[in-house]
Amino acid sequence: MSEPNRSHSTLIITGGIVIDATGERRADVVVASGRIQEVGEGLVVPTGATVLEAGGCVVSPGLVDLHAHLREPGQEEAETIETGTRAASLGGYTAVVAMPNTNPPLDSADAVRNVFELARTATAQVAVAGAITVGRAGLRLAPMAELAALGVRLFTDDGAGVQSAGLMRRALEYARGLGATLAQHCEDGSLACDGAMHEGAWSSRLGIPGMPALAEEVMVARDIALARVTGSRIHFLHLSTAPSIELVRQAKAAGLPVTAEVAPHHFSLTDACVAGYDPVFKVNPPLRPQCDVDAVKAGLADGTVDAIATDHAPHAPEFRDLPFDLAPPGVLGLQTALSLAITEIDLPLTRILALLSWQPAAIAGLDPSNGGGQGGLITPGAESNLCVIDPTATWTVDPMTLASRSRNTPYAGRTLTGRVRHTVFRGEPVVIDGEAQR
Amino acid sequence: MKSVDQFPHHLLSIDDLGSDGIAEVLRVTDSFVEVGHRANPKVPALRGRTVATLFFEDSTRTRVSFETAAKRLSADVLSFAVGSSSVRKGESLRDTVETIEAMGIDAIIIRHPSSGTPTQVAGWITNSSVINAGDGWHEHPTQALLDLYTVRQALGGGDEGMDRFKSLQVVIVGDIRHSRVARSQVAAYAALGAAVTLVAPPTLLPPSIDGWPIAAVSHDIDKELPSADVVSLLRLQSERGSGEFVPSLREYTTRFGLTGRRAAMLKPETLILHPGPMVRGVEIASEVADLPAAHITGQVSNGVAVRMAVLFLILGQSPAEGSSDV
Repeated sequence: MSEPNRSHSTLIITGGIVIDATGERRADVVVASGRIQEVGEGLVVPTGATVLEAGGCVVSPGLVDLHAHLREPGQEEAETIETGTRAASLGGYTAVVAMPNTNPPLDSADAVRNVFELARTATAQVAVAGAITVGRAGLRLAPMAELAALGVRLFTDDGAGVQSAGLMRRALEYARGLGATLAQHCEDGSLACDGAMHEGAWSSRLGIPGMPALAEEVMVARDIALARVTGSRIHFLHLSTAPSIELVRQAKAAGLPVTAEVAPHHFSLTDACVAGYDPVFKVNPPLRPQCDVDAVKAGLADGTVDAIATDHAPHAPEFRDLPFDLAPPGVLGLQTALSLAITEIDLPLTRILALLSWQPAAIAGLDPSNGGGQGGLITPGAESNLCVIDPTATWTVDPMTLASRSRNTPYAGRTLTGRVRHTVFRGEPVVIDGEAQR
Repeated sequence: MKSVDQFPHHLLSIDDLGSDGIAEVLRVTDSFVEVGHRANPKVPALRGRTVATLFFEDSTRTRVSFETAAKRLSADVLSFAVGSSSVRKGESLRDTVETIEAMGIDAIIIRHPSSGTPTQVAGWITNSSVINAGDGWHEHPTQALLDLYTVRQALGGGDEGMDRFKSLQVVIVGDIRHSRVARSQVAAYAALGAAVTLVAPPTLLPPSIDGWPIAAVSHDIDKELPSADVVSLLRLQSERGSGEFVPSLREYTTRFGLTGRRAAMLKPETLILHPGPMVRGVEIASEVADLPAAHITGQVSNGVAVRMAVLFLILGQSPAEGSSDV
């Protein structure tokens, strides 16, 4: 890695419970030169070390977000890589996958190199999801091998699904030779039309054009069939409906190489939120009824869903002054995802951290088995990407205090359980006691 | 019955009124219909008050109806017509509305192609009242109120007319899916106890009618007409009849148009309503539109009186100078 090493100091995380993929134990963690040096109970504080107090807290591998819109380049008024990764650090993330729907889109080696360059001093690792097609236009394959050579492991046209089944098949076949995974935003355009919210009882009453659950389900079903035929890996982005979750459940039972993520807003909010026409509740896929929320939670509980991903989508404040149907979709997610998972998901913390850290790290190809330093075991020698979480602390979401450049959180005023206390990125304490250090 | 000072500050949807509020509007409308028959059809009720019409969609009929209503109440009227092209460009609705409010406007009457904009506007401003003059596919409350007034008038008017809504069979025919008028009508008729049946091909019904206060849904107009007391027709916009929702306007007329043959199936006292603009030969045959049972012109003239009542009830009792005499 060519990123500058800001991790000269030694630090010790004391009094916490260490949780990683192998389970949990009481242990202190000593970090030096960007790596974990020692893990064990009652370690001696090294001379001159920064002490990160973790009493009552959990020490976890840093969280990994499979799905962040960092908006740079092109929409710097909404977010930059600097502000987005600061929000990520405060949310416990040590890596985020930047989505390619920037301007220009991340469909060329130059565009990807530019993002890596901009992220050189960021407080979290920025991986890139490259575009599947040139300009995300769904017509011609992007130079996937050139991007893969720069380290791109995920490809998606997110924001839109690849509409042509034939082209998606070719993309899956082509990706196989590159060790890459294709990620799909499942939305059949002919069914989604101009839908601005979930098509159902609420859209019918509010008179807002609806996007049917079917638009997602049809493309999930299609892509599972394509995965079966091509044998290529496919990752489903932000699944939001009961039928989609069930299709993935069946595909996994059949042994197909599919993975899936869900976004926090799809397990914490319903389409009833749209009743006041506030565009802050406009997301894509749209908020769904309670039955879909329940199915998303069931998918998380039974392992059908592999990851919780934020779909962090900042928008400059003017978006809220637009009519609902004309407003752009998307909400902030990086600083609330962990707390929403702890608050809303009835699973042991170890399972929640698997969904937020090591499972997404593996899907993104950022884990140690893929040569990366994210989501690995907390053990001597490992790259020190860690977060320290107080799982019982409560806090109230205030849009004005979020680190993002934008304010579009749908959780303003909501009190959540679980808070990030410290975040260590490559040995550097980028968050201490809930405060970003730079 | 709700008294005037409890009348809602905004009129965004029929649900804001409830049955008491609707009854109040209809009662006050009676007085303003009478005013309309005078040689000088003007009253000083809203002297010194200013209302603005803010139309982001062309609708001369509704705008002129509101503006006439306001002028007959002696209010000052500002008329903002905003090209829908600038809306589509994302020009800030909020900036426009806040500018208007800053001019000291008492009521903003808004028409917008996007559902929910009056609700959003009501959330942005601090003092002005907001009156929904039609938003997207959502609601058009004053149109439904004037339908109710027209029906009540035909049923004998007054409290007697009101009581008869409880036994009324109302059939709404047409493009309910894309109709703000239908959503307001359903809520309004249901509030007064009428049994509403929606008649449309499945493609022109809303995707879900969960929670809609209706008696039935039908795809066969011929079955519904003989028992109907009110037949309310909706306009079929020509783009809906171009193959995406129905194969052609001709096929729509064949299956759902109120033709002379179908009009003959109606009881003699059945009322035919159309919010306009009518497409003669599509949803209604020309000879049917001209029948005495068709209260289409009556609807237009009642529109001014109903809107006077709404403006008066919303603004008449606010703490401002000026008389509230009718």
